[in-house]
Amino acid sequence: MNKLPLIIKREYIAKVRNKSFVVMTFLSPFLMVGMILLIAYLTQLNDNEKKVIGVLNESGYFANEFVTSDATSYINFNDISLAEAKDSTVSLGFYGLIYLPNEYNLEQVAQRAFFYSKDAPSATVLDKLEGSITNRLRQERLIELGLSPEEYAEMNRSYTINIETFDGLQNVKGINEIKAIIGGAFGYLIMMFIIIYGGFVMRSVIEEKTSRIIEVIISSVKPFHLMMGKIIGTSLAGITQFGIWIVSGGILLVIGLTIFDIDPISLTRSGGVAPGMVNSTNVDVDALSQNVRLYAQEIFEIPIIAMLIFFIVYFVLGYLIYSSIYAAIGAAVDNETDTQQFIFPVILPLMLAIYVGFFSVFSNPNGPIAVAFSLFPLTSPIVMLMRLPWGIGEGGVPLWQLITSILILIGTFIGIVWIAAKIYRVGILMYGKKPSYKELYKWLKYSS
Amino acid sequence: MSHILVASEVTKQFGNHTALKNVSLEIPKNSIYGLLGPNGAGKTTLIRIINQITFPDKGSVYFDGELLKSEHIAQIGYLPEERGLYKSMKVGEQALYLAQLKGLSKAEAKKRLEYWFERLEIGDWWNKKIQELSKGMAQKIQFVVTVLHEPKLLIFDEPFSGFDPINANVIKEQILNLKEKGTSIIFSTHRMESVEELCEYIALIHKSEKILDGKLSDIKKAYKNNIFEISLEPINQESLMNEMKDKFQIITQDYDSLENRLHLKVQLPSNESREILSFLGSRANVNGFIETIPSANDIFIKTIQNKNIDNE
Repeated sequence: MNKLPLIIKREYIAKVRNKSFVVMTFLSPFLMVGMILLIAYLTQLNDNEKKVIGVLNESGYFANEFVTSDATSYINFNDISLAEAKDSTVSLGFYGLIYLPNEYNLEQVAQRAFFYSKDAPSATVLDKLEGSITNRLRQERLIELGLSPEEYAEMNRSYTINIETFDGLQNVKGINEIKAIIGGAFGYLIMMFIIIYGGFVMRSVIEEKTSRIIEVIISSVKPFHLMMGKIIGTSLAGITQFGIWIVSGGILLVIGLTIFDIDPISLTRSGGVAPGMVNSTNVDVDALSQNVRLYAQEIFEIPIIAMLIFFIVYFVLGYLIYSSIYAAIGAAVDNETDTQQFIFPVILPLMLAIYVGFFSVFSNPNGPIAVAFSLFPLTSPIVMLMRLPWGIGEGGVPLWQLITSILILIGTFIGIVWIAAKIYRVGILMYGKKPSYKELYKWLKYSS
Repeated sequence: MSHILVASEVTKQFGNHTALKNVSLEIPKNSIYGLLGPNGAGKTTLIRIINQITFPDKGSVYFDGELLKSEHIAQIGYLPEERGLYKSMKVGEQALYLAQLKGLSKAEAKKRLEYWFERLEIGDWWNKKIQELSKGMAQKIQFVVTVLHEPKLLIFDEPFSGFDPINANVIKEQILNLKEKGTSIIFSTHRMESVEELCEYIALIHKSEKILDGKLSDIKKAYKNNIFEISLEPINQESLMNEMKDKFQIITQDYDSLENRLHLKVQLPSNESREILSFLGSRANVNGFIETIPSANDIFIKTIQNKNIDNE
């Protein structure tokens, strides 16, 4: 009779019933969503703080440049001296004062213009002020060259380059970033899952060892079955937990965003750029909808089904490899404090995969580094998934690389599980020995 | 087939350390077999081989006439020296799980558990976690789990350690009861006196080798040294002693003049006691006359000493 299902069931139930597991499962979404909401709220708060800047304009220019916008208000001072204006700015609690002196031409005004503030002014404010003045200067110079203000306005129309692949497919800017985010999310998910639930497997092995039930169990079942049952049971518990997190986290996030009235777009916008800074260029509506259509098309081009299938393949193989290593570590030691020396070499390739993914794969998905790491079995589950959004075959991951990578992974899986099972088998009955790598190597040579 | 378990020429090596060296054993059916030896002699390794936790490098083990195979696991119950259960699991669930691992169906396991829990008066522990129980209580659970699948062979490693005297007796009774029903039992221990009275057969393991085995009564007979302990009330103490010193080899003597009671330890040339009894009969009131039988412990120590002398 096969006892594996029994073991899987027990491991699953033991994990799911564990108090700290239950608390983590239900508390984490609240913590995560709370964090997101807090960050969003603070970001919004930061953006909403309107800067008030006083304007003392003694020149005849710049009548239309300093107009109150979302982020900045301009208050004009009239008929007072610079010293008085400075005092007023301070006493009114304004952010700063822009002073435009009375000179005979615009160039001179610009030369002698000053911005006064209490502290060093923020870069965004300066950018905006300089931008306004530069624009005005350019306009003035061009008009001096004989351009009419209408012609100048026409000239300022912005331009976007059209992108196309050699195959003639239209392309859009930023799609690579979207692909990177999707690939990165999959890779990151695998890494987190391995670290969290691999650790659970390890602790569970240590628990069986320290509670000494191990000998009773393995007089009934094969150690290999116990190890695999433990790994599978724990990962099923993990999938349950992830499922609960995703569903409840999603619901909570929607509720939270609604309650606090936070615009989700503000979360995705890269921080630091005040909303007013985005140049409101006249993108015509047709071009916009064209772009949206192209983005949608590109996202549909990402092989979602294939990605999901390969995600499952890489996830299962990668997780099995790593959690058998974790199980072997658990079997080799007597308590958790002894695990440190073994854990680091396990986490290292995972970290490496993530960093290589973010720094190398995203800039060049088919570069030599990306290829090497997506073939190396300890990093391929993460790195290959980061490459996959660019497609399989032409333009994306060559098919031979995908197949080779999976074959290497399967080979490694068999090898590692075999080694881990051996260490596990010897280790679970070994007490009071602080294992070194040399000792582990000796265990490998023991006959069972 | 009269043997439940036969081990022949079993050798097991761990790296450079030889845990068992050419050990052969024959354990008769429906007997209590003592596997004796000091710590680290190799007893646990042998038991683990029987339980198929590890496998011998050389030699083979037969269970009930067949070469040992994984199906036999369901026929063997094993109580390891290091007792242990899942601490945070409830008693009932845990017992059910372990019984199912041994191949019982859930319903059957439940029925038998109820029987055993009632028998040991521990029925109200069903929903308690192991960590809420005392060590002795947990041991009882472990005993039940060990015997629940009604194995043909039961192996107890240090069976009575961890039990208080009352519970040790309860367990002893249950073990004898199981033996009555036809179960074969192996006791493994380094405290020989604790199982001596129960064992019919013993094997002594020392430094990875079996140095002695057989029926305990036969071994004792073989190790008898014809020493007799006598207590008597002499009619004339002094003349008796003088005469005895000429005729017999006296090992120790102790005279209580107040009570007129003489205690002697005498070495006879053979097992024949009629001569000394008829000699004493006319000279004293004999209150006690007993042949000293060596304990398993004595035999063990003596065997090892002999062995060491042989080796030197």
